[in-house]
Amino acid sequence: MKTAAVCFAFVLGCLHAADYVPIAGGTLRTALPLDGETVPVAAYQMRSKPVTNAEFLRFVVTNPAWQRGKAPTLYATASYLNQWRSATDFAPHAANAPVTQVSWFAASAYCASEGASLPSWTQWEFAAAADANRKDARIDPAWRAQILGWYEKPSVERLPDVGLHPANIYGVYDLHQLIWEWVDDFNGLFVTVDSRAQGEQKILETCGAASLSLGDKENYAVLMRIALLAALNGQDSVGSLGFRCVKPAQ
Amino acid sequence: MSKLQFQPRLHRAVMTTLLVAMGSLGAMGAWADAAADLPVETAELTAPPMVPAPIVRKTPAKVIVNLTTEEVIREITPGTKYMFWTFGGTVPGKMIRVRQGDTVELHLKNLPTSKVPHNIDLHAVSGPGGGAPQTLIAPGKDATFTFKALNPGLYVYHCATAPVAMHIANGMYGMILVEPEAGMAPVDKEYYVMQGDFYTPGAFGAGGLQPFDMQRSIDENASYILFNGASNSLTGKNALTANVGDKVRLYFGSGGPNVASNFHVIGAIFDKVYTEGGLKYQEQVQTTTVPPGGSTIVEFVPKVPGNLTLVDHALSRAFHKGAIGIMSVSGEEHPEIYSKAAAAKAEH
Repeated sequence: MKTAAVCFAFVLGCLHAADYVPIAGGTLRTALPLDGETVPVAAYQMRSKPVTNAEFLRFVVTNPAWQRGKAPTLYATASYLNQWRSATDFAPHAANAPVTQVSWFAASAYCASEGASLPSWTQWEFAAAADANRKDARIDPAWRAQILGWYEKPSVERLPDVGLHPANIYGVYDLHQLIWEWVDDFNGLFVTVDSRAQGEQKILETCGAASLSLGDKENYAVLMRIALLAALNGQDSVGSLGFRCVKPAQ
Repeated sequence: MSKLQFQPRLHRAVMTTLLVAMGSLGAMGAWADAAADLPVETAELTAPPMVPAPIVRKTPAKVIVNLTTEEVIREITPGTKYMFWTFGGTVPGKMIRVRQGDTVELHLKNLPTSKVPHNIDLHAVSGPGGGAPQTLIAPGKDATFTFKALNPGLYVYHCATAPVAMHIANGMYGMILVEPEAGMAPVDKEYYVMQGDFYTPGAFGAGGLQPFDMQRSIDENASYILFNGASNSLTGKNALTANVGDKVRLYFGSGGPNVASNFHVIGAIFDKVYTEGGLKYQEQVQTTTVPPGGSTIVEFVPKVPGNLTLVDHALSRAFHKGAIGIMSVSGEEHPEIYSKAAAAKAEH
């Protein structure tokens, strides 16, 4: 809140004043069990809100190489930021709405500009397991149903602002119910732990393989995240896909 | 941190893929050359209950199939809406018709307005995943894969993206007919009907926009069991039509995800039932069972005018959950076959 007030007064002065909140880490029962049912998650800091159109505009103004039309097609396809009016004008989208239609490469570069990086899948999943009062709310059917509700609504042309839903227990907003988010290791989510596979890689988008490789079958919302990420290449961009960044613990 | 954990697996996957690709390069080359010589045509897909025209070709072709995945809000029963996930905007998805031996080049496009990724698994494909691995696409993306239709029959296709039961429960299924090389006997009327089960928090006809209910799906407790994705898709002005004496053929499938159909037409006897969508038929059948992800082809001849009623003969589904359709038959009365008037009884 304090940061928001400062930003209001000194619009240009708070370029890199994004809020990062500490997350102590712990043991995560993950939907993608790689080496056992749980994984340790070390302490880290996470951006409290997804990167917005205004923030990403400042980034491309400072780093023209990442403007649409200038970014190499190897790193960003034709749909990169093409919902913006121009390369440096995010209209008709709102300044505080999350930026979307950014490639993984562009998102990574943005995070680097904040001295940060994209979260790993487990860092994202760890933070996203929490609700306002609990660090792990995933067994609560009502909470799951609330999240699932977003997936059942059609895409909207103009996304609402970030931060409109209540923050979770760490002070992180919008991990659900607003956008999909890039993670650093999205292209590693194809794994299976089915011991019968004998080294043959079955990929999770096929229904049978998915049931073998996913650890949390009831958590439909998370499975859909994984399915979306598995469908992407690094240069792709999607209208409902944005990102946030993480930093090492202080 | 977890990136490091992923990497060894990733490398192994890449290596495996490379080795497999290298090993099959020669064989693939020969196959690709053969496919290159084929005449190319684009398949005419049809929305249910219509069926693509029979294939008159006597030789193989390369058939281009263009399908989209679309998420649409539509009435599931008058007064109640549902967000369907579809192939081509309809439930079931557009029907595909090819000939045994054809090489099918399937282009799948996920509309940019979609919320979630989709893919397609066709049961007519001989190969792991039925096309699903090659076609997993985020909103706004497209993908292409090619397969040879080796086996004749009527096959279900469906989305196989996790969570797969949800994608199917939302309506992501359809059928592809692979005609045998010898072709199929001509008939007067062909229709395309699929049964599916739907899960909402509200009861049948509760009103408003009903979301998908995950728990009811897991419990296999359907709120709706429907033909062609709506309680009125085959009734009223949408009723199927035929004339007395027509040879009628129904391509009937079960999308599921959970409920098998007990398909029956009230007032008709199936002359032929191509059980499970295969080549052999049974004769003189009243009711046939169709499992989720399965199909059947039934043929019959309406003998007198009036309404024939398509039902799932587990009849609570027909009269309480929507699994009902009408075939309106026109033509001359044949009292020697069926006397409509109760007058004959009154005279005694």
